[in-house]
Amino acid sequence: MNQKKSKFLISCMIFGYAFLYVPIFLLILYSFNYSPLLPVWGGFSTRWYSRLLESPEVWDATLLSLKIAFISATVATVFGTLAGLALARVGQFRGKTVFTGMISAPLVMPEVITGLSLLLFFITLWQLTGWPQQRGMFTITIAHITFAMAYVAVIIQSRLAGTNRALEEAAMDLGAKPLRVLTDITIPMLAPGMMAGWLLAFTLSLDDLIIASFVSGPGSTTLPMMIYSRIRLGLKPDINALATILIVSVAIGVFIAGWIMLRQQKQRALLANE
Amino acid sequence: MAASDQLTGPWYARITGAIHRNLTSLIVGIPFFWLLLFFLVPFFIVLKLSFAESIIASPPFTSLLDWSKGGFPEIAINTENYLYLIEDDLYTKTFLNSLKIASICTIICLLIGYPMAYGIVRTQGTWRYIFLLLIILPFWTSFLLRVYAWMGILADQGTVNDILLYLGLIDKPIKLLYKPIAVYIGIVYTYLPFMILPLYANMEKLDSSLREAAMDLGANPVSTFFTVTLPMTLPGIIAGSLLVFIPATGEFVVPDLLGGGNVLMIGRLLSSEFNANHDWPVASAIAVVLLIVLVVPMMLYHKVQAAEASN
Repeated sequence: MNQKKSKFLISCMIFGYAFLYVPIFLLILYSFNYSPLLPVWGGFSTRWYSRLLESPEVWDATLLSLKIAFISATVATVFGTLAGLALARVGQFRGKTVFTGMISAPLVMPEVITGLSLLLFFITLWQLTGWPQQRGMFTITIAHITFAMAYVAVIIQSRLAGTNRALEEAAMDLGAKPLRVLTDITIPMLAPGMMAGWLLAFTLSLDDLIIASFVSGPGSTTLPMMIYSRIRLGLKPDINALATILIVSVAIGVFIAGWIMLRQQKQRALLANE
Repeated sequence: MAASDQLTGPWYARITGAIHRNLTSLIVGIPFFWLLLFFLVPFFIVLKLSFAESIIASPPFTSLLDWSKGGFPEIAINTENYLYLIEDDLYTKTFLNSLKIASICTIICLLIGYPMAYGIVRTQGTWRYIFLLLIILPFWTSFLLRVYAWMGILADQGTVNDILLYLGLIDKPIKLLYKPIAVYIGIVYTYLPFMILPLYANMEKLDSSLREAAMDLGANPVSTFFTVTLPMTLPGIIAGSLLVFIPATGEFVVPDLLGGGNVLMIGRLLSSEFNANHDWPVASAIAVVLLIVLVVPMMLYHKVQAAEASN
């Protein structure tokens, strides 16, 4: 497809990207506003940043969110990889239909339903066994593992569908046991997919408000829960400062990852041409 | 022979032996068990609770199995919560309103997203990559903060009103925030990338020779689009539309922050029945009805995904 784009297409793209990015730029701009009355401009200032960094509440919430995101992303990557292998490499097994349904449902399930059902589950479990006595970090982590592993499984499944099985089959023919094939061939082959899955799971966990609000208990406030409780009542300049820090760091990360991937692609294309 | 060696060997050999023998069951079993326990069982609890009675207690519902009469438990099924949802027209209205908002937003996302995806596919080299990254970037940034950005834009003293006042188009600020329009804008804004990515993935694989053949045979660009390009991109359109429509129907954050209670949406109503009214059985009944409403589009999405995966 190498035709010139029509004026219509170009204006659609300009409008679309402006629609996606102007709000983010305004959000960043107002974080440097001296005036506490958003969005009235009162001169340049970084005072909201210092106020933000001085607040222990923000640090606590950030730390809790990072802990939950780290643990849940790691476990979700392991479980999601197993699930992806089960879908793509294990032939028929009993309950495969139920299994594929349970893997694809969390991707589109409204979060209020997931949150409500997990909370009721934890309460029922507590009634029956006396555990978990308190909801908080632990219950949020379980909830995040459950929905993030579905995303990881989909990534792994599509990677597996795209690779050929010649290497795995060759190793088997040479007498390698299935576990050896898995650890020495399949998993290294899947490593980039697992990395992408881990990052996605980590971000989903950091970003989740609704499910965490349902399954959390007193004293466990994640970063999105803290942000939400503040902005419900209106505009808060220190939240703009927080948003700026988060968005800029994510943007840098995405562009570095994108650049590395582009370079790898170009190298591969060069090798293929030689 | 190898198996019997492992059964009598040192403990680690026995463990690796067990893993070797049960590798397939472990690969399937671990995620299966987890999802069964934390995904499927919780649903049955919601279903069960939707047939329970609401009481003032902690937790605020009656047990389905009544052991009080001794011997066999009586099953106390109570359909009152569902009848209540039908009788009080607030719920029907809210359901219909959610479906209406989700459908309109899906169409707007398609109208904005389709030409964008098409434009990205038609771009060559590094720029295509950068355009694509700019679509992916919002996925990685906080949903909540992207909604928050619009609070500043749509507020009475916000950017839109500032510009309109400056241009002299209005003499006093118009109300945008906490109105339906704010909810529409918010949903289209946050879900647009979910529309563009499946469309892009679909268009990227398309063979442009069919379109060129139609053009060579004298079809004009408009009829080429409607007879060749549009039918070929239908799987992408369906996948993208469902990825917007399904979560938008149950959306909570956007109507809560931008609609401020003036816009009825079912996700928000469910949450307020649960958190503010403490009526857990009614909240569960809403969840069950919402799931029933969404199960057809969800299965359709599953089918489209499976068809894409097998291609």
